[in-house]
Amino acid sequence: MRVRAKRALALCGLALFPVMSMADWTMNMSPGVTQTSNDIYGLHMTILWICVVIGVVVFGVMFWSIFAHRKSRGHKPANFHENTTVEVLWTIIPLVILVAMAIPATVTLIDMYDTTEADVDIKITGYQWKWKYDYLDDEFGYFSSLSTPRDQINNRQTKGENYLLEVDNPLVVPVGQKVRLLMTANDVIHSWWVPEFGLKKDAIPGFINEAWIRVDTPGTYRGQCTELCGKDHGFMPIVVEAVPQAEYQTWIGEQRAAAEKEKELTQKEWTMAELMERGEKSYQSTCAACHQADGSGLPPSFPALRGSAIAVGDIAGHIDIVVNGKRGTAMQAFGEQLNEADIAAIITYERNAWGNNVGDMVTPKEIFDYKIQQQQ
Amino acid sequence: MSEYQKYYVPDQSKWPIIATFGLGTTLFGAATIMVDGGQGASTSSGWMIFTVGLLLMAYMIFGWFGSVVRESRAGLHSPQMDRSFRWGMSWFIFSEIMFFAAFFGALFYARVFAVPWLGGEGDRGSSNMLWEGFQATWPLINTPDPSLYPAPKGVIGPWGLPLINTILLVSSSFTITVAHHALKADKRKKLKLWLGATIILALVFVGLQAEEYMHAYQELNLTLQSGIYGSTFFMLTGFHGAHVILGTIMLTVMLIRISKGHFSADNHFGFEAAAWYWHFVDVVWLMLFVFVYVI
Amino acid sequence: MSTVADAHTSEHSLEQNHDHHGPAKGWTRWLFTTNHKDIGTMYLIFSFTMFLLGGTMAMVIRAELFQPGLQIVQPEFFNQLTTMHGLIMVFGAVMPAFVGLANWMLPLMIGAPDMALPRMNNWSFWLLPCSFLILVSTLFMDGGGPNFGWTFYAPLSTTYGPPSTTYFIFALHIAGASSIMGAMNVIATILNMRAPGMTLMKMPLFVWTWLITAFLLLAVMPVLAGVLTMMLMDINFGTSFFDASGGGDPVLFQHIFWFFGHPEVYIMILPAFGAISHIVPAFSRKPLFGHASMVYATCAIALLSFLVWAHHMFTVGIPVAGQLFFMYATLLIAVPTGVKVFNWVATMFRGSMTFEAPMLFAIAFIILFTVGGFSGLMLAIAPADFQYHDTYFVVAHFHYVLVPGAIFGIFASAYFWLPKWTGYMYDETLAKTHFWLSFVGMNLAFFPMHFLGLAGMPRRIPDYALQFADFNMVSSIGAFLFGATQLLFLFIVVKCARGGGEPAAANPWDGAEGLEWTVPSPAPYHTFSTPPEVR
Ligand code: HEA
Ligand code: HEA
Ligand code: HEC
Ligand code: CUA
Ligand SMILES: [Cu+2]
Repeated sequence: MRVRAKRALALCGLALFPVMSMADWTMNMSPGVTQTSNDIYGLHMTILWICVVIGVVVFGVMFWSIFAHRKSRGHKPANFHENTTVEVLWTIIPLVILVAMAIPATVTLIDMYDTTEADVDIKITGYQWKWKYDYLDDEFGYFSSLSTPRDQINNRQTKGENYLLEVDNPLVVPVGQKVRLLMTANDVIHSWWVPEFGLKKDAIPGFINEAWIRVDTPGTYRGQCTELCGKDHGFMPIVVEAVPQAEYQTWIGEQRAAAEKEKELTQKEWTMAELMERGEKSYQSTCAACHQADGSGLPPSFPALRGSAIAVGDIAGHIDIVVNGKRGTAMQAFGEQLNEADIAAIITYERNAWGNNVGDMVTPKEIFDYKIQQQQ
Repeated sequence: MSEYQKYYVPDQSKWPIIATFGLGTTLFGAATIMVDGGQGASTSSGWMIFTVGLLLMAYMIFGWFGSVVRESRAGLHSPQMDRSFRWGMSWFIFSEIMFFAAFFGALFYARVFAVPWLGGEGDRGSSNMLWEGFQATWPLINTPDPSLYPAPKGVIGPWGLPLINTILLVSSSFTITVAHHALKADKRKKLKLWLGATIILALVFVGLQAEEYMHAYQELNLTLQSGIYGSTFFMLTGFHGAHVILGTIMLTVMLIRISKGHFSADNHFGFEAAAWYWHFVDVVWLMLFVFVYVI
Repeated sequence: MSTVADAHTSEHSLEQNHDHHGPAKGWTRWLFTTNHKDIGTMYLIFSFTMFLLGGTMAMVIRAELFQPGLQIVQPEFFNQLTTMHGLIMVFGAVMPAFVGLANWMLPLMIGAPDMALPRMNNWSFWLLPCSFLILVSTLFMDGGGPNFGWTFYAPLSTTYGPPSTTYFIFALHIAGASSIMGAMNVIATILNMRAPGMTLMKMPLFVWTWLITAFLLLAVMPVLAGVLTMMLMDINFGTSFFDASGGGDPVLFQHIFWFFGHPEVYIMILPAFGAISHIVPAFSRKPLFGHASMVYATCAIALLSFLVWAHHMFTVGIPVAGQLFFMYATLLIAVPTGVKVFNWVATMFRGSMTFEAPMLFAIAFIILFTVGGFSGLMLAIAPADFQYHDTYFVVAHFHYVLVPGAIFGIFASAYFWLPKWTGYMYDETLAKTHFWLSFVGMNLAFFPMHFLGLAGMPRRIPDYALQFADFNMVSSIGAFLFGATQLLFLFIVVKCARGGGEPAAANPWDGAEGLEWTVPSPAPYHTFSTPPEVR
């Protein structure tokens, strides 16, 4: 008897071995790094265990019947049906369990909805397919988009450690402070989720949803957009860096200075080569998702720019569609998203790359003037 | 359970399959027209498909209803069969009510939640950050983005045409009931008179409604495109209007059948179905009058 | 030519009266038929075809997700596959299968000669192929087919949808019309055509659950039609229901959609509950425990289902009071559902059980549906749903209630009633093989999805981060196994229908009860022309 038990144990151990030897067989939710996420984890584990216990009882009775009351064992059927006591019991008991479950859930929920008394306000805007973070107290903002190379996605290059979970510019938040997040979107509904914060909130065009986080431990946290938002829904990750207060202040200072610098770019004199170089980089990060790296697009949803009537035609039309976008299509108004230097560089690049040898160029100043003129 | 009668099970019928082709073709054509229109095409092959579909539908309706009428007149419809029709019609009207409920739901949601939020009130009031200067009012005489959805210059007050229309429809519900009683008492002349009156009231209603739409479009700039107020206004009244027209057609068919001598004091489900439908249309209007026009 | 139940009718001059004749000859039999058994058969065949089509799409999805990286399909097409898979399974496979079962069995169970409105019955059926022809054809249109998920949230489906969206809308309108007419027919049949003596409380449970299902259909399909119409107007006629710039709200779409959508999921499970309530007693050789409480539980579930829709929208930012209301209401549904589960278990308790294929599927149904119900309960806890929402945990939940729930329920019913339909016994060994392979494949495919979701994998993505690789591979292997197994089912049914088994007795099962077992197998083309008497 004892030998058998030992052997069974050993077998179980063997069966479990591969599971334990590979770190990636994650099976459960992580408790996370905020009070909220810990509360949620607690709720999750409680209800999970409740379900397991109920399951064991109910299926226990069932398997016992299957085992003992089978015809092949010669069991004769009883003929009872209906029993008020039992029926009342199995209505009341689940009800009580549910009430017990609802109480802590209510407490957590109310806490999650309390966005008052925040220390930092950040507006998060979802775009197809990137995020924009605006620091409302400090008046700067930037875009954050996927930085995994397309070659890794298309299996032409080995995949990095943070495949699909890495961005060019992460969101930076201070540790230990209540950060209020104002979520909205520019085009379709997106949803901002970082599992370790226990925060998921939809970003809805035209409306603002509020949420808050207070991160206790510094570190880098990763999440993804979780509302189907079109073609590259799977490719708009979120990365958040939680840094100590002092470091956060320095970072804010740098960002404000950089924002100032950006403005000067418009005034600078640009050469064609400079524009082409900057243009290629910006094009790849901003436009290639739809129009593809080689300008071939994905017709008919996303037109090719190589040889496109607009890209090789009248320059005003080209500026117009890039600055103002086209309503009702995925082509956004990039005038609000990019600075003048980038827009000029991208347009110049598009007009001269992939055999679109138009030969002309657009300067940031011209874009600046165009925008001013439009506002009147 | 009542006593079980013989139940007429019609054999093989070609109408359902024709109806399928008809409906499929009509809607496919309609979609083609809309898609072509949306892409700025000036002509569309959809019109032809659509017309063919409509013709098929018309053929089907005459044929199908024709055979049901013939069966009924041949006495094939037992009282039990009659009850099947009644259940069918009642649940059909129930489903129509739920269809309108969706639009009423949209109206309530917009009024009570969406518009106030956009105007800066309530739980999601911070949304107003995105729409500087927008203020919540109902009726919505400004929209968050007037460049896309130009606001109406005014709205239609309840105490003019809408009130007249209400009176018209309520009286028509009354006249159809009188007609029904006449039918049950086998007073054919009175029946025709009151049914005719109902139809006239209905036609006047539709005429006034058209008048109101013209006024809205031409003078008030209240259109489908003028934001959620215009959207709910025209969808609710528009679908109601469509149902009024359908109901009027039903009543007209009844009048024709009656003048041909159809129906008897105790066998006239076709008439009753039309009357039920008419009452339903009337009740929906009362809801509309209260929720769209008055408050 | 008409069939009149009473053999002595003579007064009608229109058509001749041939009593109790068989089916018409030739292919027009199927186009023009008004016979509930023919129509039931067509529904079932259509449904299985759609199951194969939707399943094939799932296979492509699983193949793409076999490994990280993009291998087989591009994201644009992947989204179309997910959307079509969901739509086809829900509207093309599960719902028509239950209507098919209803057509076949309701008249037999209540002792009626046919459905109440036989011609409309035919129309309801033929609208479905018409609808799905249009729906599937959108895949070949410019800009592709619907790519916004089976929930088609605005504004992804309105302002940003492909041009084919308008066709998609009309296709669903047609499917909806079909469902509404089907439901009217079912309700009229049940309320009006029962054999003398069959009071409401004596009605078999499959009939009861279908009565409630039909009510749900009539209440919510028009709401779906309404929201589709609003989309149509937003896309083509400049209204702003779902656009904040005009005072509308994208979330309004979700409210209306889920007001339809949640009752819809019960539409997909209630008839299965009914069928299981016949099968478990039959193979336990013991009457169902608590017939009345089953009826009340079904009604309770149906009523509650109108009050819980926003549990699909916990993350959209509804005010906290609403959030709490919908959480509590959702939790409540566990009570009547629990009553059902407990009733089934109590029926087995001290029975005399045998385990033929229908019973195997029924037992698996009870266990695995409950597992799916448990994960549903976890989702209902609003704060926890913030972590689960739109991850594979949700995908796991609904495949557990839909595949071993709805689909196993359909398999169980099919094996249970095949002898009645075809007059032959199916091949029991093959059927058991079908069960065990399905059982293993299905759990292998969908159980790991719980882990994936909890570990943080969002749904509706064509590619994923590396830490999700292992379980995705397991899941894909399970899915292939499950998928391939379904071809075996096709084989078993075809073999049985062609007479490849023992001829079946009128009642081939020891413990089965009900009017349907009093007529010969196969059931004659016309049954109960004179109504049976129910004590
Ligand atoms: C047949 C279909 C079906 C059924 C029956 C159910 C049943 C339930 N579902 Fe599910 N659900 C879906 C199909 C279904 N669902 C689908 C398709 C989706 C996703 C849609 C999409 O987004 O694409 C979904 C999504 C979904 C969500 C949204 C998740 C999200 O997107 O974030 C939620 C949240 O509350 C939920 C809850 C429930 C609950 C509480 C039940 C309950 O009815 C379950 C009740 C059953 C039990 C609880 C088990 C038996 C009971 C006992 C043994 C008694 C004792 C138990 C206790 C007291 C614990 N479901
Ligand atoms: C009743 C409904 C139903 C059923 C039965 C199924 C059955 C299956 N479903 Fe799904 N599913 C949904 C309803 C259903 N599903 C819904 C509503 C969604 C949400 C959609 C959305 O997000 O909008 C979804 C989404 C969904 C996803 C998530 C996609 C995503 O988020 O991107 C996945 C992924 O694995 C999946 C897999 C499967 C699999 C493997 C099966 C298998 O059970 C299928 C098995 C059947 C077959 C395979 C067919 C038979 C066999 C053949 C035709 C032979 C060929 C076989 C081989 C080549 C092996 N389904
Ligand atoms: C989210 C997808 C997306 C992104 C990112 C995007 N575009 Fe576009 N673009 C489109 C779509 C869709 C159209 C077609 C619009 C229409 O229907 O006319 C388009 C059209 C264009 C056209 C007109 C081409 C023609 O022949 O009609 C130009 C030029 C263009 N985009 C430039 C850009 C530039 C420059 C960028 C980056 C700064 C960019 N696009 C980023 C989706 C995108
Ligand atoms: Cu953005 Cu999904
Ligand atoms: Cu639900």
